[in-house]
Amino acid sequence: MAKSKKIAETAKIEVATESSGGGKYILRLFVTGILPNSARAVVNIKAICETYLKGKYELEIIDIYQQPDLALTEEIIAIPLLIKKFPLPEERLIGDLSDIEKVLKGLRLN
Amino acid sequence: MLRINRSKTSNSKFPKCITGIQGLDVITNGGIPKNRPTLLLGNTGCGKTIMAMEFLVKGIEMVDEPAVFISFEENTSELEINVKSFGFDLDKHIANNKMYLEHVRIDPDEILKTGEYSMEGLFVRLGHAIDKIKARRLVLDSLDTLFYSFDPHVLRSEFKRLLSWLKEKKVTAIITGEIGNGFLSRHGVEEYVADCVIVLDNRVVNQITVRRLRIVKYRGSLHGNNEYPFIIEEKGITVLPVISDALLQKSSSKRIPSGIRDLDEMLGNKGFYQGSSILISGTAGTGKTSVATTFAYSVCQSKNRCLFCAFEEAPNQVIRNMRSIGISLDPLIKSGQLHFYYARPTLQNLELHFISIKKMIDEIKPSVVILDPITNLMTEGPNSDIRSMLTRFVDYLKTEQITVMFTAAITVGSIERNPSDEGISSMVDTWIIVQDIEVEEERIRSLCVMKSRGMAHSHHVKEFNISSKGISLPAIVRTKLASNGSKRINKEHQNLSTVTGSHDFKETAR
Repeated sequence: MAKSKKIAETAKIEVATESSGGGKYILRLFVTGILPNSARAVVNIKAICETYLKGKYELEIIDIYQQPDLALTEEIIAIPLLIKKFPLPEERLIGDLSDIEKVLKGLRLN
Repeated sequence: MLRINRSKTSNSKFPKCITGIQGLDVITNGGIPKNRPTLLLGNTGCGKTIMAMEFLVKGIEMVDEPAVFISFEENTSELEINVKSFGFDLDKHIANNKMYLEHVRIDPDEILKTGEYSMEGLFVRLGHAIDKIKARRLVLDSLDTLFYSFDPHVLRSEFKRLLSWLKEKKVTAIITGEIGNGFLSRHGVEEYVADCVIVLDNRVVNQITVRRLRIVKYRGSLHGNNEYPFIIEEKGITVLPVISDALLQKSSSKRIPSGIRDLDEMLGNKGFYQGSSILISGTAGTGKTSVATTFAYSVCQSKNRCLFCAFEEAPNQVIRNMRSIGISLDPLIKSGQLHFYYARPTLQNLELHFISIKKMIDEIKPSVVILDPITNLMTEGPNSDIRSMLTRFVDYLKTEQITVMFTAAITVGSIERNPSDEGISSMVDTWIIVQDIEVEEERIRSLCVMKSRGMAHSHHVKEFNISSKGISLPAIVRTKLASNGSKRINKEHQNLSTVTGSHDFKETAR
């Protein structure tokens, strides 16, 4: 399953880079309850989105304590985890998102 | 000290979890610590995954404890295929909700770190997996993949948290990892796993792979300290903890005839003791195998079973050769009384031979085991290893009340110069030498009993006669003139003394 996903990803990359200017950013932040790292990550991502992506993002915050199945399907190990679902390619950022430089680089916003 | 530990275990203050792995439960005195994590360390390819998987499968099959296997390396379908060759049918257990496999894929390239993080995601998955099937056993295979991908500092503290979390969850866990230099584990995590650390090792000695297991640490419990050989084969893992507890050995006063009437006569008219060990040594071509086979034949004739381990000649060759001295082995093989174990010594190392032989013994329950010749095994590995291995094997046979006969080839007049032979001879109960001696410008084959513990035995050197009617041991005839005769007797004594040395009489005095 993972393999076919990979192939699909590579096929889409070119299309994605062309259209990346258009669509909204789809971001998912996975957290665990209100553990300090998670709480900080929520604050940080909200600030980053408001500063750099105002009006063109969708942010979903998911607590895997509530939805443990998602931890498996999204192959989560470290928490907090930010996944940029769109534009492709998918990017995964772990940590409390306090290193803004790295976050911007990961989201390809610089 | 010993007593304190013993009482601890007997009061069951330290509950143990049976692993079901042959031999391992013996070394650990009943298994690994229950509801606690155990660290299983070793290099690549030494059998960590298989051992961990067998622990889970046996847990399901023997004590009905559901199990979770978290793999960081292989994906689940690969894993299933790999362990299938050991007869572990995971499909069945998975279908019955007794087993749950999960592959935790880690791709270090995909991970961008932007600040502080924890392994809570992994914990959530573990907790979910454990709760799903109410698991009592867990395997994490292997730790190193995690450590390569994440910050070791974070991981070390997270690992500590994981262990206490696992204890709370009340699962018995095995965590595998690579062995490191200096540290026991590559990432120095063993200090947190305070309870039990097992190390597997895979080394090549004289071009033969030897697998060994050692319990480095087992807090609050007695355990075997040695390195124990183990094998991985179709039915899983067998650790060979040869218990050399002399107290378990019984000493039978029953006798078992040697199959050669004249030899029985030399051995107090009755033959060997049942459950004793017998060494037949001699130079090449003196008929050691014939003595051994005659013994085997006689054992089978008296409706007992015999296992003949041939390391030199193929069974068919033995059968053919014995036909020439009037012994027909075919019917005995057909009736299932005589079994052959045939393997080239170089095929595998000594331990593996012994483990295979032990398995056959467990299956066919023979009353006599013959190793022909033991000297061929001697070429593999350093001598001290072999002697201790052989001693343990003999001890094992003694506790099982199995009579064992070895043959050993020695070079002419070399007993003093051949330490390995010396080593064996001190370990056996009855020692018989067959050799060519010179009597009046004529070489004749001779046989004498060097020692035989616990019985009156003949000290005569007999002529060793093999004919189509079998083996007979007539006295050496002195037909010539008296003067010549005395010369010959002198000569004979001379010959004898080169063989026997001084310790012969000490031995018989015992």
